[in-house]
Amino acid sequence: MFHREAGVFKTTYASDMALYPLPIAKWTMVGLAVLFAIVLPMTLEEYYLSILNLIFIAVVGALGLNILVGYTGQISLGHGAFMSVGAYTAANLAVRLGLPFWLTLPAGGLMAAFIGALVGIPSLRIKGLYLAIATLAGQLIIEWTINHVPAISGGAQASIEVPRPDLFGLVLNTQFRLYFFLLFFAALAIIATLNLIRSRIGRAFIAVRDQDIAAEIIGINIYRYKLLAFAISSFYAGVCGVLYTYYFGIANYEAFQLIVSIDYLAMIIIGGLGSVLGSIFGAIFVTLLPIVLRILLENVGLLIFSESELANVISGTRLAVFGGLIIFFLIVEPEGLNRLWRNIRSYFRVWPFSY
Amino acid sequence: MSEDFGFFIALILNGVSIGLMYSLIALGFVLVYKSTDAINFAQGEFVMMAALIGAVVVGFNVSPIVGAIAAVVIVLAVMIGFGFALERVVLRPLLGRPIVAVIMATIGLASVLRGLTPIIFGGETRALPLPIPDDPVVIGPATLPPIQVLGAGVAILLFVGFNWFFKKSRMGVAMRAVADNQQVAQAMGINVERYFALAWAMAGIVSALGGIVWGSMLGVDVQIAVVGLKVFPVVILGGLDSIGGAMIGGLIVGLVESLASGYLDPYVGGGTKDFAPYLLMILVLMVRPYGIFGKRQIERV
Repeated sequence: MFHREAGVFKTTYASDMALYPLPIAKWTMVGLAVLFAIVLPMTLEEYYLSILNLIFIAVVGALGLNILVGYTGQISLGHGAFMSVGAYTAANLAVRLGLPFWLTLPAGGLMAAFIGALVGIPSLRIKGLYLAIATLAGQLIIEWTINHVPAISGGAQASIEVPRPDLFGLVLNTQFRLYFFLLFFAALAIIATLNLIRSRIGRAFIAVRDQDIAAEIIGINIYRYKLLAFAISSFYAGVCGVLYTYYFGIANYEAFQLIVSIDYLAMIIIGGLGSVLGSIFGAIFVTLLPIVLRILLENVGLLIFSESELANVISGTRLAVFGGLIIFFLIVEPEGLNRLWRNIRSYFRVWPFSY
Repeated sequence: MSEDFGFFIALILNGVSIGLMYSLIALGFVLVYKSTDAINFAQGEFVMMAALIGAVVVGFNVSPIVGAIAAVVIVLAVMIGFGFALERVVLRPLLGRPIVAVIMATIGLASVLRGLTPIIFGGETRALPLPIPDDPVVIGPATLPPIQVLGAGVAILLFVGFNWFFKKSRMGVAMRAVADNQQVAQAMGINVERYFALAWAMAGIVSALGGIVWGSMLGVDVQIAVVGLKVFPVVILGGLDSIGGAMIGGLIVGLVESLASGYLDPYVGGGTKDFAPYLLMILVLMVRPYGIFGKRQIERV
């Protein structure tokens, strides 16, 4: 990730597909692992850990959406709803049956995968705009159902309180403990995605994205792979929803509305479509943006706005800056932050002797 | 029996008038899609913007009639300008890019508008009173709020107007040519980019009128943009590129909503109105994705 290559010396496909192109890349990974697993949790305060925790959750969701949008070329405006499916499945299982998180988490993911594949069925016949509208309808219908069926939503305010997960008797009730819990799943999601993309399935996804007719001609069953992409992507979304639920200790449909679907789309567009690193960049960026904006506005905004207006202004600015960034990146840098990162790297590749 | 029948008729009439108001908003979407193949996910926010500007103008409290006329004129001017500017700044750089990019750009735009309006105009709900009588209009067994009747009237007028425009006027024919085949249209000497801008400006006109009518009915705040989500069932039912389809789709959605809330709400405890149109839309997408009147050129996968 940070090394500079002297050139491209790959002679086999296997070396081209390798996760670690050079031994030093492996050491970078080890370094990052040490940084995140030991150095950061030991040094950072509770508040910063909570931000990192939110980023970890967002990484899982962004990776999932990127598999669908970036790699398979479909579009989904329903990922917020898929998250809520995972969240409510896990919350119901945890509260009613008292199941531990290592059962509710995959259960939430699988349920979301099932519903996601169901919503993805229109993708077999339609694409582009029509698919966007169909998934939008999915989002609205799922939101409505959860809100109106007390058997799912637990009645009042459509929210269910969930006990904190416990690991071998250790209750994960502080940011510090949750940090390792969430770090594990974020790392798992990153590794799983990296490997999924270099597998047969991942290449089929990319083929479907690039040219679906050509993909079908070379023997890829595009129906199966499109549904699979929806299912895998929604599985990630479901897991992300479960993690949110455990993190906040409550499953609430308001945390998974249409705006969340759009936030995640913003993440992968700003970060970079079709790139794992981009998903991570996007998750970091989109999670940090409102925090930075709030700090900025709380300090500067009081000069212009009154105290009572400020809350409005902050949420409004957040929306506006988000939208503006989406448009900006679409027009100026469609490949997102990932591309900027690559540009920086390729600049330094031959530095200081350009040409 | 006759009371039941009266209830039914009342629901139908209410559905028709609301439906026509939906199709008013859907019209803006269809105009843009028909001529530029771009999808406007910000249609609801256009309407919100128009309604807010209208409310601000009316809020100056000159005489009601002058205020209303000023509101219509100013909103129309602003929205037309906005349509042109938008096409130039956001949509033109995205020409020839995948459709997902255009969808996301308009979603981003919706987000910008939704974020900026409460900052500029404040978060409170404003009234947008129009100089029309307050008494409900009684048609047979139904009583309709006058604003619904006005909205339906505006919708019908716009439909007649745009129908004439596309069938008879030189500009309208050129616009249809652009929609049909951009390269051939360009070869015939039509300035394609100008007609793209024109289409967005026309969407601005429709949103301006829609915003004033809807704003007057619901009161004006950010929530009014939610009406934009109703556009999708309407245009999918009617066909994305058909003006008549937008009208019929609006009528169907209005009727479905009205009947569902009249007959189903007592059983499930309310809210079917927000739900039934989307269910219907999903069914239509599965069976006949190009809608009732749309062109059958949808790309099969």
